[in-house]
Amino acid sequence: MTTPIIGQVINLLASLLLLIAFAMLSQRRILSLINLFALQGLVLSVSTAVVAYSSSQHHLYYSAALTLILKVLILPSILHRLIRKLNVKWDVETLLNIPITMLLGIVLVIFAFNLAAPISQMASTITKGTLGIAMASVLLSFLMMITRSKAVPQVIGFLAMENGLFFAATSATYGMPMVVELGIALDVLVGMFILGIFFFHIRETFDSLDLQHMEKLKED
Amino acid sequence: MNLSAILYQLLQDTLVVLAAPLLLGWVNQCRAWLQNRSGAGVLQPYRVLVKLFRKDAVLAHNASYLFRFAPYLRFACMWLAAALVPVLATDLPLSPAVDVIALVGIFALARVFISLAAMDVGTAFGSLGARREMLVGFLAEPALLMVFFTASTISQSTSLITIVETLAHKQFLLYPSLAFAAVAFVMVLLAENARIPVDNPSTHLELTMIHEAMILEYSARHLALIEWGGALKLLAYFSIGIALFIPWGIAEGGDWGGLPLAVAALLAKLAACGFGLALLETISAKLRLFRVPEFMGTAFLLAVLGMLTHFLLGS
Repeated sequence: MTTPIIGQVINLLASLLLLIAFAMLSQRRILSLINLFALQGLVLSVSTAVVAYSSSQHHLYYSAALTLILKVLILPSILHRLIRKLNVKWDVETLLNIPITMLLGIVLVIFAFNLAAPISQMASTITKGTLGIAMASVLLSFLMMITRSKAVPQVIGFLAMENGLFFAATSATYGMPMVVELGIALDVLVGMFILGIFFFHIRETFDSLDLQHMEKLKED
Repeated sequence: MNLSAILYQLLQDTLVVLAAPLLLGWVNQCRAWLQNRSGAGVLQPYRVLVKLFRKDAVLAHNASYLFRFAPYLRFACMWLAAALVPVLATDLPLSPAVDVIALVGIFALARVFISLAAMDVGTAFGSLGARREMLVGFLAEPALLMVFFTASTISQSTSLITIVETLAHKQFLLYPSLAFAAVAFVMVLLAENARIPVDNPSTHLELTMIHEAMILEYSARHLALIEWGGALKLLAYFSIGIALFIPWGIAEGGDWGGLPLAVAALLAKLAACGFGLALLETISAKLRLFRVPEFMGTAFLLAVLGMLTHFLLGS
């Protein structure tokens, strides 16, 4: 394959990531949210592998494989088990209605693209154009965490944000050193377990996973 | 301007008007297969048209000339739109007229008149359908325009001919922005052709119908023209989609040698798109009417994202 085609494939995958970030933002069901998260991990893994192939950076293959195992297989299956045990298949409640969230999302995308433009001009990597998309998907996941009131979608937003950061690292500097990446992967996994335990405690204390109940703690 | 090019244009225009019901029949047949029914065959729309043309028209007492005139106008608009879009060849006598903004205008003209005609008789259903149609239309139009602008930024022209030539006959490139635009275009196509997530073409349930409510008062040849116009509209949208996103195989203007290949490519693409539409309709559930603005807002958003990614990623 020639280099221009590879660059275009990377751009296409990056746009797909952005599309999935918006789909997550507009999603009302927890189950579809988890599936979208798995899909995002898959796209991320493929794009990392393509970057690894084009830049012959072998350590990127390992991070692609790590992403595939952790974010496509393990984390979604943990999340599936969690929502089955917690019995939370209800529709996601949003604090803002979805069209307004989407419009805010567009504003964030424009902001991220403008912010990334001067940085990506200095980068010399093949993926420099996609830095804006990576920042946009970080901000969009952040927006998702802010606009959801239930615990599980917020955690998914957090994990999606980590995906965006990982993509930003790949597109700006061909990924972080292997030690850092392994550390982050372990952190995410452990964080997921701890948050899973938290879910049960929150539900036992408040009879609900709605985090708005926790605001009452101050007044007691 | 030579005779050969004019002949080519006439051939294309006759082909679209005759083949439009066939496309509708194919989509319905695919839907029937996917839903485990045997279906009425791909020729059923022709039979319906013949039956309707043979009947006597019934008009309400208070129907004005607008009511009688609207089906002809809608049919003419849809035929014009379907005939303008380059389906077989690019450089034809009518080519200078094929501007995407003009195409949106033609669709809007037909929509305004059919809605006015629906309100003309003064029945509750007619005005209900007209209002809903205008609601969907005013949300779908900006999304459609943004899709066109995304495609125009690549070829630096709003002429559909130039867009097709840039995409079909230049070096092959992957455009991420066009992927966004394609998704948005499919959503607009579903809404504008009264297809399932937005409207159901085969229902007469008063709470949900949009398009069918508008044409409830029509009968015989007027209804036939409206149905035929609907088939032409579907074909026009399919051809626009093919021209924007999968234009390969189209012949250069006046090139008779490329005709068999162009016709074969067109038929294959239309059949594939028709099957895709039937599949989409089968796997999705109809939206509540108040969710439709959200659906169309998403289409608009995707088209805007397409433009933004075009400016970010360049190419």
